[in-house]
Amino acid sequence: MTALIDMRDIHKRFGGTVALDGASLTIAPGEVHALIGQNGAGKSTLIKVLTGVYALTSGEILLDGQPITFSGPRRAQQAGVATIYQELNLVPLRSVTENMMMGFEPLHWWGGIDWPRAHRRARSVLGELGVDIDVRRPLSEYSTAIQQLVAIGRAVSQRVKLVIMDEPTSSLDEREVARLFEVIRLLKSQGTSVLFVSHFLEELYAVCDCATIMRNGATVEQRTLSETPRLELVASMLGRAAADIQASGTTSFRDLSIDADETLLEVEDLATTKGLRQASLEVRQGEMVGLGGLLGAGRSEVARALFGLDRATQGEMRLAGRAYAPRHTRDAIAAGVALLSEDRKVEGIIPGMSVRENMTLPLLGSLSRRGVIQRRRERELAEHFIEALQIKTASMEQPIGQLSGGNQQKVLLARWLATHPRLLILDEPTRGVDIGAKREIQRIVQDYQARGGAVLMISSEFEELAEGAQRVVIMHEGHATRVLDNPGLTEDALVTAIATAQHDRGDGDRHDDGAPPQAAPLPDHQETAP
Amino acid sequence: MITIAWRQRLADNGQATGVCVILLALVCLGLLRYDNFGSAYNLSSFLNYNAMFVLISLGMCLVIITGGIDLSVGTVAALSSVTAAYASPLGLVPALLAGLATGLAAGLVNALMITRLHIPPFIATLASLLAAKGTALIISGNQTVPVDWASGFTRLGMESIGGLLPWSFAITLVVGAGLWWLLEQRPIGRTMLAVGDNEEAAHLMGLPARKAKTLAYLISGGCAGLSGVFLASGFGAGQPLEGLGWELTAIAAVVVGGTLLTGGKGSLVATLIGALMLGLIFNLLNFENGLGTFNLSAYWQMVIRGAFLFVVIAIQVQITRTRNSG
Repeated sequence: MTALIDMRDIHKRFGGTVALDGASLTIAPGEVHALIGQNGAGKSTLIKVLTGVYALTSGEILLDGQPITFSGPRRAQQAGVATIYQELNLVPLRSVTENMMMGFEPLHWWGGIDWPRAHRRARSVLGELGVDIDVRRPLSEYSTAIQQLVAIGRAVSQRVKLVIMDEPTSSLDEREVARLFEVIRLLKSQGTSVLFVSHFLEELYAVCDCATIMRNGATVEQRTLSETPRLELVASMLGRAAADIQASGTTSFRDLSIDADETLLEVEDLATTKGLRQASLEVRQGEMVGLGGLLGAGRSEVARALFGLDRATQGEMRLAGRAYAPRHTRDAIAAGVALLSEDRKVEGIIPGMSVRENMTLPLLGSLSRRGVIQRRRERELAEHFIEALQIKTASMEQPIGQLSGGNQQKVLLARWLATHPRLLILDEPTRGVDIGAKREIQRIVQDYQARGGAVLMISSEFEELAEGAQRVVIMHEGHATRVLDNPGLTEDALVTAIATAQHDRGDGDRHDDGAPPQAAPLPDHQETAP
Repeated sequence: MITIAWRQRLADNGQATGVCVILLALVCLGLLRYDNFGSAYNLSSFLNYNAMFVLISLGMCLVIITGGIDLSVGTVAALSSVTAAYASPLGLVPALLAGLATGLAAGLVNALMITRLHIPPFIATLASLLAAKGTALIISGNQTVPVDWASGFTRLGMESIGGLLPWSFAITLVVGAGLWWLLEQRPIGRTMLAVGDNEEAAHLMGLPARKAKTLAYLISGGCAGLSGVFLASGFGAGQPLEGLGWELTAIAAVVVGGTLLTGGKGSLVATLIGALMLGLIFNLLNFENGLGTFNLSAYWQMVIRGAFLFVVIAIQVQITRTRNSG
């Protein structure tokens, strides 16, 4: 049988940088094919070559056995290749329908867009994905997960031969992922091929037939997944022997019981203007407390309130024994609270600025003497963290936008660590980051805890919570419903707790005075960098 | 439920609603305070004069929706008024086509500079602003160019349908309706909005992004050309020195209409109302001067217009804020 897509010996250079160096990829019709590799292995570049975004330097692409060159995304789409990109590429101000139908709008005989038909089609495609929303509203009014599903809907609604999904599940919850898999199986049964990129091995094994493994811009091998043990797959991806990984895996388990009795943060019956109803929790020094729950359960809202982004309407926060009511992120930072936000592309990095500048931006005040930035100290600081966190960058002057996701995340982590926070809030810190970088980020956070730092972590990965957190607070509809303690905390227990979460609807012990707590003088916590 | 839907609609069209209310308030003020404000003569001369500004504002609106800007509209209108005046002995239609073609040519140059040479719109259209002005001065010899009255060319800018609706404004409305159809009903219009919102995404979606931008600048140039035709026809001469600052009036009208200067969102209807509203302030100030209670110089009129613009936009920001938090 002729392969649907056959990419042979693909090379791609950007100026002096080699991005692809002999990559190949063969996808059979009706096959669900995984493309895996660490960040920076060249997966995204290979996809962009396949979809006509980048012109290849050398190599050959065959579609149904015929050589083809895609001059741009539009040509690729016309040839039957639809793509869902990792960074959501949609137009937020336009309606859901438009985002799904743009370029393929149903028209009236007189040339106008047939809106009723467009809306109906959008609704029915989304219905198959289990999404029931008003498709006429602007896309920006919906959550990232819904936006992701809209992007998926856009791709599958076109009659295509191949759907490329670059990390489609990174912002979906389990139920939505299950739904997506049903859609993938449906596509497969219709003879459509799917190229699936994901860092979650469980997902690959659940839905893919075979996998192409990439390393350093080249294809290492292609394996049939049902015949490949997980460990071998990871080993092949990392370029190490399977036995090595097993050995390091066993040593990474830590004794999680710490005798921390110094309470750093107390939150009691907190409610905010943005969806937080009643949350209580406690974080002690040196401890990691996890926040578990589904999308929209109010996890990020806790983080926002603690970081001074949302105002408390009720309840109390105490930091190191003193009343804490940040009115602004400045207050939070001054009090020693740092937030690594969920969406690093939007809220975290300034892509065109260098690694050094991104790292030191919020610190320039403390790095200055009489209003002049002390460049030498700034460079020392950047050097220190690049070394300490093993950030892979050509130099500290490389624009951060050119780094892989994992390394961008490390730079942001360095930015906050340099402020010597007492409480570090991490919102999905390892999303879209490969396994190697994920382990390193976890190690950095553990070091920080070992030095007495407290961590509040939001993660949709149960494994990450179960392994790292001393306690996990389960959130549901803006309420903190349960606390699970480690040791004894397993992924299964977490899943059960989240699935069965229900908040007490009675307002038993709500405080009488609904007024927000008075702002107290904030402790002086401005320290200089090392 | 119905109330919620209604309020949602109102909030979505907050900008348009806002300008509409202010426009009506100004009209009421005029009707109550000045005797001849509601006269057929004032209405038709008001619409006739402002047809030019409405036109360039509509073109500007499309350009801004794609995330660009067209600074050349004023001097392109002046240049077109000169070419239309030169062509006027040939008759009304040839003169109109000459002006329109001049504008379209300028728009094409802008589009090519922006989409092919990747020059930022601000710089590219600033260059055409200067070039169009220079060309107008060269071919006119720094003189106004009288039109041929016998050919009927001046009917376009001086006569009205039924003494109320000037031909120039009627044509403007037809053009506006066509542009509305293009923007709201045609796929290419949707692409314009998508390009302004997120050009990278539009490109990756396989939308004809370059075509959409090219079309926006062509339309803006065409509108400026037509507006130049009305200028020559209404004043009986090609005016090489006119058009200074018109681009700012157009941008103001677009902004007042709630179109985002960053692109991706905008309304032609609100732009039309915005342009009329800005014109109406001039009209009212002229009446106020006519009353003789106090005499405002043209400079003061400018200050008042500026202050008014500021107030309107401040109100709109409030409306938009209420919407987003509510």
